[in-house]
Amino acid sequence: MSIVLFDAPGPRTRRRVALWSTVAGVLLAALLVLVVVRLAQRGIFDAERWDIFTEDTETWEALLRRGLGATLKAAGLAAVIALTAGALVAVARTSERRWVRVPAAVLIELFRGLPVVLLMFFSALALDLSIFNAVVLGLVLYNTAVIAEILRAGIQSLPRGQREAALAIGLTPGQTMRMILLPQAVRRMLPSLVSQLVVLLKDTSLGYIVGYVELLRVNRELRDFFGSEYIFSLFLVTAALYIGVNFALSRVATYLERRGSSRAAGGVAPLQPAEGVARDSGPV
Amino acid sequence: MDAVIDNLPLYWDGFQMTLRLTLVSAAVALVLGTLLGAFRVSPVPTLRGFGTVYVELLRNTPLTLVFFFFVFVAPQLDIKLPFETSAYVALSLYTAAFVCEAVRSGVNSVGVGQAEAARAIGLTFGQTMTQVVLPQALRTVVPPLINIFIALTKNTSVAVGFFVTELMAIGIRLANRNPADVIAVLLGVAAFYLVITVPAGILAGRLERKVAFAR
Repeated sequence: MSIVLFDAPGPRTRRRVALWSTVAGVLLAALLVLVVVRLAQRGIFDAERWDIFTEDTETWEALLRRGLGATLKAAGLAAVIALTAGALVAVARTSERRWVRVPAAVLIELFRGLPVVLLMFFSALALDLSIFNAVVLGLVLYNTAVIAEILRAGIQSLPRGQREAALAIGLTPGQTMRMILLPQAVRRMLPSLVSQLVVLLKDTSLGYIVGYVELLRVNRELRDFFGSEYIFSLFLVTAALYIGVNFALSRVATYLERRGSSRAAGGVAPLQPAEGVARDSGPV
Repeated sequence: MDAVIDNLPLYWDGFQMTLRLTLVSAAVALVLGTLLGAFRVSPVPTLRGFGTVYVELLRNTPLTLVFFFFVFVAPQLDIKLPFETSAYVALSLYTAAFVCEAVRSGVNSVGVGQAEAARAIGLTFGQTMTQVVLPQALRTVVPPLINIFIALTKNTSVAVGFFVTELMAIGIRLANRNPADVIAVLLGVAAFYLVITVPAGILAGRLERKVAFAR
């Protein structure tokens, strides 16, 4: 509960809160019942609307293997490449040399400002890549830029002494980055990085628009095959799959955040809200 | 290159549609998101619960799926919307979840002592909110809000898959019509997006530095 805005409630306030809570609860429950009744009237909950999920395993196989499998394959490959490339670009972005730093900054601003759909279409139409490669490249270009920006904020939020000490004991600038700065930046930014992976996973659904066969496209194929009376049940299952996977990943981010802040005192230096950090903490 | 210059009026039409999608959805999402944010910091458990469920559901759902619902699934439930309206609804509902989070973390970022001190000197709840908490929360909320609206601008391009003729759709139409100039045509589309997103990004960065203050 947010304790910023009010003191611990006394008996009268508690009664009032309980009253309002009940009123809101009743209204919300009424709304829910209304929706369910309307759905039921349309026969959404009849067994024959759901038999494709219970009578044979083919639907599940299509949804899970061809659909979710393709989604995870594109997301996984793109995530690995984007994390690696993002680290490299972040190093370039924080370089001492102007001619390295400036192009990296331009690249980041450019690809961060473009829609992923456009990057996918560009890869498919202009670069003539296969649809799978186009989807992956589109995801990689955008997420490399965002991850580089997250890591840059992480590197710059470290106390200056870290770098100075590393250089003082005779490490080269390259070693300092690789062994001292980057590992700490990654640990600090782990929650933001995981949240960005959730965004990446969600963005694979844009493959539906460019014609990559993934979860949403399979969902549509199944509807065309079985008939439109299954549209709602298929949608519900597809949504549940997406939400389930993303929710699990989001939980990992929250867990890392909690673990990070409770350990901060002893391990990695505590995170002060540095410039640019807040900006990247809420990926959309 | 000619393909771009000859079709500038078409680009302009698409750009206007993209702008309209962005502005209308931003306005609706701002109102809805602030309301949900208020729910999430309210003392009423049911409202808090509702806010949490809404945010968790929408944040973990791909925007494409939200569009898919309003364009293909909702008509089955007798909710028949024109394609353009579906785009407004999908973008607003999706973005509202992120606005809600920004508002909530903004209010929570105000130090507990601030509100306590305000109550201690005898300000009413309304005074505490309008004169102490909200002015401070606003500073923290504005930069992330701008970033949310930048993301919204880019997200309008999802409408291309759902029968709305915005900038991206124009780009694809022109690319199909001028196969020799695909690169130029799509770079033209990119330029129009960057015209919005890059200045807005710089503005957000500036504001963030400007409103940053020690707590």
